[in-house]
Amino acid sequence: MKLRSALAVLLIGFAAGAMAVDKFEPLPDATQQKRYLGLTHELRCVQCQNESIADSPVEVAADLRREVRESIQAGKTDDEIRDGLVSRYGEFILFKPRWSARNALLWLAPGLMLLVGLFVGFNIVRRRAQLLTGDDSVVEEEERT
Amino acid sequence: MSRANRFLLPLGGFALLVLLLVVGLKQAPDKGIIVSPLVGKPAPALVLPTLMDPAVTLDAAQLYKGQWYLLNVWGTWCVECRYEHPALLELQKTAGIPILGMDWRDDEATAQQWLKELGNPYDQVVSDKEGRVALAWGVYGAPETYLINPEGIIATKRVGSMTPAIWEKQFLPLMAQRK
Repeated sequence: MKLRSALAVLLIGFAAGAMAVDKFEPLPDATQQKRYLGLTHELRCVQCQNESIADSPVEVAADLRREVRESIQAGKTDDEIRDGLVSRYGEFILFKPRWSARNALLWLAPGLMLLVGLFVGFNIVRRRAQLLTGDDSVVEEEERT
Repeated sequence: MSRANRFLLPLGGFALLVLLLVVGLKQAPDKGIIVSPLVGKPAPALVLPTLMDPAVTLDAAQLYKGQWYLLNVWGTWCVECRYEHPALLELQKTAGIPILGMDWRDDEATAQQWLKELGNPYDQVVSDKEGRVALAWGVYGAPETYLINPEGIIATKRVGSMTPAIWEKQFLPLMAQRK
């Protein structure tokens, strides 16, 4: 029991640290609030750089959240808001890199690696299968080379 | 697949990967420094109340029309700014162009006190209490210093302390080119 209550206290302690840093009241319109949450979670805090502006406690992040809020209320689209920030802070502010010639490799690399892996794996399996069926041509071929 | 190929192919692939990563690392800018997309673009509007008298509003584009000027972003809460301060005082004497100070997200009284104690390197000081202008300029930490040319274009930007060496290497050549 002692252990359990100690654990509970510890967990509550952690929860305090996880409290929202965003001090703004939710936007009155639910769809707008949803867009606000989406955007603030995909924008990088320019100062701390490994946090989204939704999670960062620094003041610049609060300023950026205010900007996103006000832009949404002013009727700007998500893309317009992103573009506006990129024009001032660079693409760096987006956690999700955009599709461009420069970023093509970045986006395609996982798929390419998967294909290479599948190809190699398929070949290994095929060779083993041939060994099992008693077809010695593979082994013989390797011995020859 | 010949025996040689079985080793050479993965090895070649690995070598390519290493090459890719090395090139990526070499090309990466200084860690943590965001290269401003605003360099080479027209400076955003800067219309703010002055630090000394909030009733007076100053428009940088109008005030420094047709001339070079520096915009230095600082705050009394910024430790690095205190370290930078002597270099700004030096620049005030040697640079030959005005320095506009932008006190960022700060308390006016504390900022005035700071300038009284450490000396005032600025031609003019404005106060961006809400940080809106700083956001428009792409400021993300203090100190930051911008060089604006006579056409109102941002010529270069320094993130972090100004030093005499940075001034000579990064800023001065840009002005010399134009003469």
